[in-house]
Amino acid sequence: MSLIEINALSKQYTSEADCVAALSGIDLSVDEGSFLGVVGASGSGKSTFLTMLGGLSHPTSGSVVIDEIDLYQLPGERLADFRREYIGFVFQSFNLIEYLNAIENVLLPLTVKALPKAEKYALAEDALAQVGLGHRMHHLPSQLSGGEQERVAIARALVNKPPLILADEPTGSLDSATSREIMALFAGLNAQGQTIVMVTHNLENLDYFNRTIHLHDGKLTDDRVAGQHCLAS
Amino acid sequence: MTLATIALNNLRRRKGRAVFLLIGLLLGVGTVVTLFSLTSALTAEAQHKMENFGANIIISPRTDKLSLSYGAINLGGITVDQEEIREADLSKLSTIPNSRNIALVAPKSLSAVQAKGERVLLMGIRPESEFKLKRWWSVAGRVLRSDDELVAGNAVAKRLGLRQGDGIDIGDRHFTVTGILNETGSQDDHLLLSTLGAAQSLSGKEGIVSLVEVAALCGDCPVEDMVKQISSVLPDAEVNAIQQVVKTRMHALQQFRLFSFAVGGVIVLTGGLVVFVTMMSSVNERTREIGIFRALGFRRSHVMRLILIESMSISFFSGVLGYLLGMAVTWLVLPFVGEGSHAWMWHPLLAVGAVVMAMGVGCLATIYPALHAGRMDPTEALRAL
Repeated sequence: MSLIEINALSKQYTSEADCVAALSGIDLSVDEGSFLGVVGASGSGKSTFLTMLGGLSHPTSGSVVIDEIDLYQLPGERLADFRREYIGFVFQSFNLIEYLNAIENVLLPLTVKALPKAEKYALAEDALAQVGLGHRMHHLPSQLSGGEQERVAIARALVNKPPLILADEPTGSLDSATSREIMALFAGLNAQGQTIVMVTHNLENLDYFNRTIHLHDGKLTDDRVAGQHCLAS
Repeated sequence: MTLATIALNNLRRRKGRAVFLLIGLLLGVGTVVTLFSLTSALTAEAQHKMENFGANIIISPRTDKLSLSYGAINLGGITVDQEEIREADLSKLSTIPNSRNIALVAPKSLSAVQAKGERVLLMGIRPESEFKLKRWWSVAGRVLRSDDELVAGNAVAKRLGLRQGDGIDIGDRHFTVTGILNETGSQDDHLLLSTLGAAQSLSGKEGIVSLVEVAALCGDCPVEDMVKQISSVLPDAEVNAIQQVVKTRMHALQQFRLFSFAVGGVIVLTGGLVVFVTMMSSVNERTREIGIFRALGFRRSHVMRLILIESMSISFFSGVLGYLLGMAVTWLVLPFVGEGSHAWMWHPLLAVGAVVMAMGVGCLATIYPALHAGRMDPTEALRAL
């Protein structure tokens, strides 16, 4: 069953002197439970693609439909509500709030949600346990290793139990051993049915994806399902 | 965890900025509190003094003066149709609407008498009210108590050679001098003081008074209204308010109060600017953080509330500490600018006002930075990641 439907998605950045097409006419359908890898050279439009998929940046044209909700037709602050309920972000460089400890960082998406305090903490503790950090809940990010910080970021993305996780270069700042641990963690989540879209330029990560798309100059140039034929070229 | 937890955690992390913000507002609030409480203390002190020293309403018999002039020659004037004030009518003073503002009524009977072969002025008084009214009077000896006792003014005592315990005959009555008034430097030095009844009996005007002094000054006494009210119950009397001193002092204090508000306003405005600049730079420094919040599903209003909570928390503490600072400075300064420490007091309403003012200024100064934070494009923030 398709979770994401992208139709003719385009994004242009215009300035007085120039007009740059960051994305051009992307059509894509992503099934529920997929682990989609988005690869491409620097400047190919990977991050723009991810921000549009996450409802962070309006497209110049086209649409993004997730779980039958057309993101950019949502009025006002409903897009923020959508991000909170439907999407878990894992950023490059972890992007934890440095003055909040691990559990408080994980609690962030729940902060503005109308839930009892005990339930919020239970969800956050579960998420941290799920990434193997149940024993480091009250440590500040500065007291955690890179891999542990990445796990906190993943727990933060998971805490709301969103249908979709978007990850932007999550292993970009990690050594190869830790990268493999993190990718294994993502693969484990995917194995439990979690849909994940991950931007990466690390070719070692390709093995974990069950589908990979290539972007080049804002265009979708390759779409390949693991062990199967090429879907687009 | 709530938005307040995040805001307070951020303040704890950025202690230097929080303290700077706090001091910026605290100084403004403290100055306003100091100026306000100082003005209030000085006003209270002035009022207290006025209450203690002298009358401020004089009731005298109504007279009609006839000017004697013919052509370019002026021969002065004569007093015709002089009315009298009956002592019994003074009870009507208790019926005026502002009777609760009347602290003292001191009737007097004035007459010229012969004593030891000299002509002197005898003033009949009610000793208990007169000596309360004239707190600057001090007597060597004791105050008169009965109709056959007398207190002599300093100058007249010297002139007649009177001492405490001496006897003196005036008209057909014999008096004992119970005390000598210490020198006042005023007309009082030339008076002989007896009871009202004795003076009225000597002048043959029982039940008639020459003059009444009324002490009615207090913080909010409507003296002009009281003059009208007394005039209406005593139509044959001339009623006048002695307001010059009070008005001058009050005018000076009013000027000082206005000046205080102007200075306080400028300082609070400066405090507001400090808050604005600090919060604006804080928001700009936290672009990344705000981007993360927005990406995680915080609405614009959530981000704005976060910024406002930070500012409001600081403002609240600035208000409380500013009030305490202001009151402490007033306590330290008042002995140098005032003439007594009795007027210093806690002002609960001023405390509330200080906190409300600090929070109001903090809120106004943070509205734009909060709006700016709320309007931040999350992709711009993510680009900064």
